[in-house]
Amino acid sequence: MQAPLDPVDLAKLSLKDAVLDVVEFRGETTIVVDPQRIVEVCQFFRDTEGLEYIFLSDITAVDYFPREPRFALCYHLYSMVYTRRLRIKVYLPGDNPRLPSVTSVWKSADWEEREAYDMMGIVFEGHPSLRRILMPSDWEGHPQRKDYPLGYEQVQFSFNFDEVNRLKPYAKE
Amino acid sequence: MTERPLLERSGHSANITEWEGTVQELRGLVSPRAFTGETMLLNMGPQHPSTHGVLRLLLELDGETVVSCVPDIGYLHTGIEKNMEAKTYEQAITMTDRMDYLNPMGNNLVYCLAIEKLAELDVPERAQIVRVLLAELTRINSHLVWLGTHCLDLGAMSVFLYAMREREMVLDIFEMVSGQRMMSTYFRPGGLWRDVPPEFIPAVKAFIDYFPAKVEEYETLLVNNPLWIDRTQGIGVITPEDAIAYGCTGPTLRGSGVNWDIRKAMPYMGYETYQFDVPLGEHGDVYDRFYIRMQEMKESVRIIRQAVERLEKTGGPFRSQNRKYVPPPRSELGRSMEAVIHHFKLWTEGFSLPEGEVYVSIESPRGELSCYLSSDGGNRPHRVHFRTPSFVHTMGAIPKMAEGSMIADLVAIIGSVDIVLGDCDR
Amino acid sequence: MGVAGKLGNLGVVTTTLEAAINWGRTKSMWPMLFGLACCAIEMMSTQASVYDLSRFGMELMRASPRQSDLMIVAGRVTRKMAPVLRQLYDQMPDPKYVISMGDCASCGGIFNNYAIVQGVDEIVPVDVYVAGCPPRPEQLIHGIMTLHEKVKTQRIADWA
Repeated sequence: MQAPLDPVDLAKLSLKDAVLDVVEFRGETTIVVDPQRIVEVCQFFRDTEGLEYIFLSDITAVDYFPREPRFALCYHLYSMVYTRRLRIKVYLPGDNPRLPSVTSVWKSADWEEREAYDMMGIVFEGHPSLRRILMPSDWEGHPQRKDYPLGYEQVQFSFNFDEVNRLKPYAKE
Repeated sequence: MTERPLLERSGHSANITEWEGTVQELRGLVSPRAFTGETMLLNMGPQHPSTHGVLRLLLELDGETVVSCVPDIGYLHTGIEKNMEAKTYEQAITMTDRMDYLNPMGNNLVYCLAIEKLAELDVPERAQIVRVLLAELTRINSHLVWLGTHCLDLGAMSVFLYAMREREMVLDIFEMVSGQRMMSTYFRPGGLWRDVPPEFIPAVKAFIDYFPAKVEEYETLLVNNPLWIDRTQGIGVITPEDAIAYGCTGPTLRGSGVNWDIRKAMPYMGYETYQFDVPLGEHGDVYDRFYIRMQEMKESVRIIRQAVERLEKTGGPFRSQNRKYVPPPRSELGRSMEAVIHHFKLWTEGFSLPEGEVYVSIESPRGELSCYLSSDGGNRPHRVHFRTPSFVHTMGAIPKMAEGSMIADLVAIIGSVDIVLGDCDR
Repeated sequence: MGVAGKLGNLGVVTTTLEAAINWGRTKSMWPMLFGLACCAIEMMSTQASVYDLSRFGMELMRASPRQSDLMIVAGRVTRKMAPVLRQLYDQMPDPKYVISMGDCASCGGIFNNYAIVQGVDEIVPVDVYVAGCPPRPEQLIHGIMTLHEKVKTQRIADWA
């Protein structure tokens, strides 16, 4: 078995300007990369001997509203050979966030990307079937965004019982 | 649901009227034969006795053979991740229970581990032991419900009654420690909500003395039962390569022979100090996944036995002494002004976590359960995301396994993957 | 040999039609096998060995709404599920009853957000609300008993 190699050094060496930043926090390595080259980066981490991050655990979309670049995507990779994790992060603009899909690299990226699209409205180019996954297909907006309201309804207490009762749309037979 | 003219209807092209998407969405998901009426499209769920909740599957059938299977989830999407952003860190624990309702302690655990990692908060040894013990009891609880419903789906009614009988004992222990049967919210950042009561250890001991014989009993009913073998062996096969590519974890992955258990690979809560084996399958079929879970229950009993021994020897605090994150004990409130201030701060504003992001994963009964927690320095989570095993299994493993199987075997496949829709949709 | 021969002379009981029908309805009320979320697990516990709902003539859970009298809405109802739930209710034959089991089904519970319907009574008329998150099996049984009491007070005049 090939000895484990350092993902940061190797990425800087091979991917050069695709690597924008490296963050170490609480023992976790985050490599910030160029969103347009994400497919190349993912293929590199999956196929290079000594890294072999063959398992995509999760894709998380984060909304840093009102900061710009507003959106971030975290790809959590796992190497079953060397039992270690790596986070690849890309930042996307708030206006029309899009980037290439990594479904060609990992099949499991399919539904993770659909979830990111449904919840955050991030568009993945080249995704086989990018449609809503959790919300109804005719839903408006992307609920996980920070500027989307939580949808707070007035809570019924004893002091406003009648008022809420009057407004509540009770079902008919 | 309202009927919408969605699909060009050619010949007998099935009833796709309930599909909520457009024709373009269905292209690529089902084979072109579905549009000519050669194959039939059938809607299974969301109300179906064997989909374990509100899962909906759009099946394309050639006779009784499943050609393709398109899962449609979201019927239980609760907005938990969004709702947690509106709560303080400690309030949000109650939400995690309701996510995977067969594994409430595990959900608490992964969220608390994320907070502890971000805050660099210590957890005393006693709390760690109790956490391991209860996490394994939860695994038994979850596997018992899985066993019962899986057998019920395949026509073995009595196993359901037996499994639920033993489950009540586990629930009694949960109720003893937390006051709630299912939604315990017992793990808190830095330790536990309160120490375990004195009756706890005798109750757990009684359970682990009683339970292994019961697992044997289920095994005599099922393991060599020719009917059971006919319904499960060689059904829903997934190769190790496919299992990894489709993101399978837990017993679903181990059924294909891939030795990966997070308790062994990336230990948390001191799992590396416990002696236990990880059962592995070899064929990747329904029977292997069933057999692995049966063995896992025995292994959990083994871990619990070791944990009880340690718990008897280990005293000390049940939660961290770091007053910045953990409330002071009630007895201190009468004596110390500082304790009153901490108490007041923690129960009104809550604690704040340093800015940053962490990713923690544990082995839930279903597979890898991970929590991504991002903090902006405030007293509420900036973003919480759960990587839930059921979500990945529902979208990936079930369609993959279903392809080419008979429609009657689909029930066995869904049962063997052990999905919980609350876990899937969050 | 018939029943009378085995049991002896059972005699004659006189009662009103109303009482006889209502008695029949309460003693064989078939719930629909329809679980949504956490409460469904407690509903299963209620069915299973320890709590044994069949003591009340309810062991027969029907998966088809066409054959069931009682809908136990066990769990949170999402906006995506709401039309499905209403359709299931419409498919049930009269007389039909609804128990809203748990806080989430009754009022939204702790999930006051975009995805959850704030109370299933916005979709279907509810007869009995059962509190708890999730309710213990005893609480559900109490809810069912309460529904039985309600059924017993039904009048023939109201059926028409």
